[in-house]
Amino acid sequence: MLSKFQIFKIGFFDVAPHLLSVIPFGIIFGAIGIELGFDPIMTYATSLIIFGGASQIVFLQLLSGGASSLIAITSVGVINSRHLLYGAVLSEYLNKLSFIKKLFISYFIVDQGFAVSNIYFKKNKEQNFNHYHLLGSGITLWLCWQISTIIGIYLGSIVPESLGLKFAIPLTFIAIIINELRKLDHLMVMIVSGLVATFFYNAPLKSYILISPLIGLFSAYLIIKFKK
Amino acid sequence: MTWTSIFIAGLITYFTRMGMVTLIDKDIFNENFKKILNYVPSVVFPSIIFPGVLLDDYGSLVAITDPKICGALTAIIIGYFSRNVILTIISGLASYWFLIFIF
Repeated sequence: MLSKFQIFKIGFFDVAPHLLSVIPFGIIFGAIGIELGFDPIMTYATSLIIFGGASQIVFLQLLSGGASSLIAITSVGVINSRHLLYGAVLSEYLNKLSFIKKLFISYFIVDQGFAVSNIYFKKNKEQNFNHYHLLGSGITLWLCWQISTIIGIYLGSIVPESLGLKFAIPLTFIAIIINELRKLDHLMVMIVSGLVATFFYNAPLKSYILISPLIGLFSAYLIIKFKK
Repeated sequence: MTWTSIFIAGLITYFTRMGMVTLIDKDIFNENFKKILNYVPSVVFPSIIFPGVLLDDYGSLVAITDPKICGALTAIIIGYFSRNVILTIISGLASYWFLIFIF
């Protein structure tokens, strides 16, 4: 049986490769915040309080562009609504934790952390202290996001735009779901979700990120029905 | 006003994170729903990947010859056979940079 610290470390090592995209993205975000005219404390506060990369950029861009607070806040809510799905998946594994621990650990649920910890949970259902994996991955991502935001705020765009490091984000997500490509049903669902997201990308309030997973899940439901 | 917006946006985001974890009892999910939840990574991540590869900064489709498409395909092929996360990301970036800087 692994100790809490060992599981925490596995979480750290599992998520470490994804820092390749998280750190440049954090730096870019910090620099964008300042470029858009927000002061350093306010830019950093979004990393601490909202802690959701893409939604933070959209939030600051909308506010600086003169959009109403309501639009900016709604956009953040829509973009981050995917966490509801992550929570639904993880609730099965975090069920035994106390309410306070659930409240604490929830703050650290982000894309990459969810992805690697969900894989670990599936493989190690019998282990105690599995939630330390989510803490390991989540706290690692949190720390890197906070530090890289501060670096971006004070050093500006030290990541040259010509490197196109934004492209590292879809690449890390490809790495996350690559094993699911081996399953035909998952492949079909991926193509449906991806194409719907591309088609609805310009929908208001970035709602494509809500529409495409829902249509994807509906297609998964049809596949499950058809399999029966 | 901006500070209030940041706090409200943060609160909503936190609610999206903790809502399902704290308020939902796993026993209310039936077997079919649990099966559907298995597909969550397969529906959420392609929703980020496809636009990230197929669209430019202005939300228009890129050309079929765009370096991002080549980079993504390289990452998929290398990732599929190697099953290695770092190799997948690096190979995608390397082929992307190769096309941008060498060609």
